[in-house]
Amino acid sequence: MSPSTRHEFQSRPSAARRWESAALWLFRTATYVILICGALVFGNIVFKGSKTVFTTTAPFINVPFFTEAPESLYVFDYQGQKREMGDREFRAFKATHPEAKDIKAESYVYSAGGIFPCIVGTVLLVLGSMIIALTLGVSAAVYLSEYAKQGRAVTLIRLAILNLAGVPSIVFGLFGLGLFVIYLDWNVSLLAGWFTLAFMVLPVVITASEESLKAVPKGFREGSLALGATKWQTIRKNVLPYALPGILTSSILGIARVAGETAPIMFTAAYVVRDKLPWEGLTSVSDFFFQGVMALPYHIYVVSSKIPQNEYTERVQYGTAFVFLVIVALIATCSIVLRNKLRNRYKW
Amino acid sequence: MDIKPSFTSPTSGRSIPVTPSPVGSTLIDIDHVDFFYGASQALHDINLKIEEKKVTAFIGPSGCGKSTLLRCLNRMNDLIDGTRVANGQIKIRGIDIYDPSVDVIELRKRVGMVFQKSNPFPKSIYENITYGLRLQGRSNKSDLDAVVEKSLRGAALWDEVKDRLHSSGLGLSGGQQQRLCIARAIAVEPEVILMDEPCSALDPIATVKVEELIQELRTKFTIVIVTHNMQQAARCSDKTAFFYMGKLIEFADTRAIFMNPANAQTEAYVSGRFG
Repeated sequence: MSPSTRHEFQSRPSAARRWESAALWLFRTATYVILICGALVFGNIVFKGSKTVFTTTAPFINVPFFTEAPESLYVFDYQGQKREMGDREFRAFKATHPEAKDIKAESYVYSAGGIFPCIVGTVLLVLGSMIIALTLGVSAAVYLSEYAKQGRAVTLIRLAILNLAGVPSIVFGLFGLGLFVIYLDWNVSLLAGWFTLAFMVLPVVITASEESLKAVPKGFREGSLALGATKWQTIRKNVLPYALPGILTSSILGIARVAGETAPIMFTAAYVVRDKLPWEGLTSVSDFFFQGVMALPYHIYVVSSKIPQNEYTERVQYGTAFVFLVIVALIATCSIVLRNKLRNRYKW
Repeated sequence: MDIKPSFTSPTSGRSIPVTPSPVGSTLIDIDHVDFFYGASQALHDINLKIEEKKVTAFIGPSGCGKSTLLRCLNRMNDLIDGTRVANGQIKIRGIDIYDPSVDVIELRKRVGMVFQKSNPFPKSIYENITYGLRLQGRSNKSDLDAVVEKSLRGAALWDEVKDRLHSSGLGLSGGQQQRLCIARAIAVEPEVILMDEPCSALDPIATVKVEELIQELRTKFTIVIVTHNMQQAARCSDKTAFFYMGKLIEFADTRAIFMNPANAQTEAYVSGRFG
């Protein structure tokens, strides 16, 4: 049959066909727009941040950026050459070069040095809030799904927990300020930050834990109880271990997200700058819990909006953002690796 | 004399040491029991005496209350909100098991259960068997080893799994899994074993093995078995109770129920005219 002859299945234009291609075009464009936006954000941070984080000479990583505290940057002309130095280096330079004693240098705050105290602070905040959130959240989930009599009260509590997830982070920050910092008089401290972040992540932990507990077959509970186990023995030996992979994965992911929040810690735990590391200058154990720390998200906020902007601040802004992205990605990867490991241990 | 611990709570003071009684004497006395799920009555005035070291079968169409009654005997119904034994008593060796002084944990140690859907825990075969013992604080390795072998032999599973005690219980076939659950139940040395349709998910060959096992277990345990399968009841039980619509229609020697039922409904059911 020649192509020109019309036949039974001849394709012809129709409204349905036009809508079909329009819909396809819309969905495809939407996907690509999202992809491009994501790529732009990540590409921008990785590209500009890597200028700070990596170097062209061995060991190819800007070690001082990871190991030193933020310092002011001094820029000055010396013997016709433009020199850039961090605070300590500049003072040492002036000591060894008496002729440079009265040199006029422009200073740029936080633009030199590194972000070590911020990394330490963020890691401490994440670990502490994770421990508190898991303890409180898993206990509450066990109570709600295993012990509590299902009824209107429990439904109401669940609803309240879900609503908690919708509360803006700044409100959690103010709650932490009011309750922990002011009322309980903990001041701006690790402890206040831990509890504020933990409360913020609780809805995720409780919901995930309840889902994971529900996924454990009823037969395991009945089998255990029929052997003369108490309810708690059953939960501890024959329910929680199987629910743990799910609980941990979702909780760690939730905490990784919360670790990125600035608002909850800006009133409760974060210092703009602190010259001591958290383990330095402690006179008692409790001092550790009642000290404020520097933190990555707050540092990004400070260097992006709280100090005069110039050509030198971009380095620390993007460098910090890049490091922060990598740390959050690492936490997420850890949770996935952990889940895969635990999931293979118990299968049914 | 071998004195077994009683299942009353240690603090109640009602603890009565239990001595083995002769075969055929009443072990469980179900006395005028009404049972409710919320507002709906599932059991009506059940009267039944289960005899020591005999196999008692509960038969009847779906929803007749046979499983409900079985789960009353070790108080598994307690797990469901809104259930209650409204009237009557269930007595094991004269002790009302729904009395507030009864420790349900002790009761369940003495009245073991095998479920319709085999439910080995996702642990090794060894850990499955020792689960109940560890709950009681027994952790002596040689003691546990001995119980594992004895229980698996008792459940006719030893020869099939002795080389892979530490591999997962879920790696076994369906019939082996169910026998593992039986082994797990007998490891804690109960007096009574309740079996809730233990063969309904098994193929005919696995079913034969479990039935043979029941014949061996009857010498040591009192067995109550719920079954959908009338031939199974006929083959492996001494006494049979026929339930219909939450009522006990007839309870007699198995031979009598199947050969010469006194009740017309029983006859209709066992001859396959309904159910």
